[in-house]
Amino acid sequence: MILYVLRRLLAAIPTLLAVLTLVFVIVRIVPGDPAIAILGDRATPDAVAALRAKLGLDQPLWAQYASFLGHSLSGDFGRSMVTGRPILSDVGAVLPHTIDLTLASLVVGCVIGVPVGIWAALHRNRAIDYAARLLSLIGLSFPVFVSGIFVLLVFALHWRLFPVIGNAKLDDPLDRLDKLVLPASTLGLVMAAYITRVTRSAMLAVLGEDYIRTARAKGVPWRRVVWRHGLRNAAMPVVTVVGLYIGILIGNSVLTEIVFNRPGLGKIIVGALNQRDYTMLQGLMVIYCFLIVVVNLVTDLTYGLIDPRVKQ
Amino acid sequence: MTRAPTGAAATQLGAARLAAEAGAPAVSPRPPAAPLRKFGGSVWRFVTRHPATAAGLLLCALVVAAALFAPWLAPFDPNDQNIVDRLSPPGGDYLLGTDSYGRDVLSRILYGARISLLVAVTSIAAAIAVGGTIGMVSAYVGGRFDLFVMQCMDVLLSFPSLILGLIVVALLGPELVNLVFAIALTAVAPFARIARAPVLTLKERAFIEAGRALGFSHLRILFVHVLPNILSEVLVMGSLWMATAVRTEASLSFIGLGVKPPTATWGGMMREGFENILDAPWLSVWPGLAILVLVLGLNMVGDGLRDATDPRMRGES
Repeated sequence: MILYVLRRLLAAIPTLLAVLTLVFVIVRIVPGDPAIAILGDRATPDAVAALRAKLGLDQPLWAQYASFLGHSLSGDFGRSMVTGRPILSDVGAVLPHTIDLTLASLVVGCVIGVPVGIWAALHRNRAIDYAARLLSLIGLSFPVFVSGIFVLLVFALHWRLFPVIGNAKLDDPLDRLDKLVLPASTLGLVMAAYITRVTRSAMLAVLGEDYIRTARAKGVPWRRVVWRHGLRNAAMPVVTVVGLYIGILIGNSVLTEIVFNRPGLGKIIVGALNQRDYTMLQGLMVIYCFLIVVVNLVTDLTYGLIDPRVKQ
Repeated sequence: MTRAPTGAAATQLGAARLAAEAGAPAVSPRPPAAPLRKFGGSVWRFVTRHPATAAGLLLCALVVAAALFAPWLAPFDPNDQNIVDRLSPPGGDYLLGTDSYGRDVLSRILYGARISLLVAVTSIAAAIAVGGTIGMVSAYVGGRFDLFVMQCMDVLLSFPSLILGLIVVALLGPELVNLVFAIALTAVAPFARIARAPVLTLKERAFIEAGRALGFSHLRILFVHVLPNILSEVLVMGSLWMATAVRTEASLSFIGLGVKPPTATWGGMMREGFENILDAPWLSVWPGLAILVLVLGLNMVGDGLRDATDPRMRGES
């Protein structure tokens, strides 16, 4: 297992370098001078030159690239152009909120999606199956900000069951949970829709296998066949989708944080966009990519835990 | 020489001959069904066999009709401001109410369909053209080139698509062209992967080898002989990705990175509605439902097309 983990870690390094290169390219392909974009058209040439020097834009491209790579890999993402604070400290202050939201949505998605997917597969082409398929299709057709606003209108404004503002105190677990219910349900239900579809498909494929028929012929109880032999083999595509969906979840958290007025990476990114804080945007892109690479790594490691053949 | 009757005609003639031989009066041939009734029958058969796809087509047709006939259907100009009637609730002169500038919500929803469809169609067409070509060429050339190109595509895939779109539009500026470019960029890598997979097996087939032996250029082989064989698969995925494009466009507009106001966009309307959520909740509800109708319709059609082209997927999703 240790060798497998080391191999996956080594394989993540080129991806990380390539992603960092892409971030560097994206920020550089912007037409016009970033210094003028930040300072405005009326800035004096001296001010523009000073800012270019401060941002390192007066250096050759390869030197900028080397400096960017070196700083990013050492965890130094620079300082915000607007607040002057280190980007990492700004991000560190709100990251627990985003992680709370992502993990809670993941739990909601799995707790609903996996059993419903199995249930639908076991009752194929019956009313419950059609209902699960229709609801999952509706669930994944909802843009998350639309479902968020609908949920907010019904549960926070009409029935007043939950708070409208989602800025929780990090040291108060109950407050954190209270303000997490609506946003996590909104994101989690979309995820549940994806997981339901994949679990159903994977279970249908597995339940048609010879070894399932053999297990039944041997007299293994149906419940045991489903949970022990069926679900374990159907878990691989489900884990793949969950891993892939965490990337989408992190993206969608931007919209959820706006709708529920929660602090988090999403609110920082929108603030940076509005204030044209280019260094913050570049830093955030790198942090998002780090998160995605880590998620992919964890997904790969989970494969190894579920299926011993993967470790070979 | 006369051709032997075939199909239904042959069956009908056979039945008449059998009846005559049995001494029974011949069954007079039925008059040919009217084309309209025939068409109606086909439609009904399609609806009963594929209810979800038919419902999806209906939803999409409604939105396309709204976009095409907006100037005739809309009761008001979408940008006409009537401050006296601002934030009017649904009913009366304004069927779906008015926004904070006194603009008719129904008219703006009808015109907003144009932007959603335009962005979805153009961005996915661009993604299919670019991503499909990359995937096809990569698989056709093969070897290290294929490995390198696919690793580049994997890097592009490792960005959360909404974040990538958001940053590209923010850096380039919130214009329609940039919006299309950003959404297309997020979809290039998936289409490269979709196009690549079938080409890997197609390029080993005899007809491609025959093309090479006849001295056809690689371009001719790729675009005349390979492309038609993968087009249906790519187009089916295109219909599913159009739903994603509509969602992304609406999300970017909601964040404030869509087409500039006062042009009506569904995401932009949701944003304006969200700012007035306490005074006028309907402002968020109607455009939200419009987005849901289009995305749901596209997903249903996409699922139906995928099932039709891949029998293994029938009833699997």
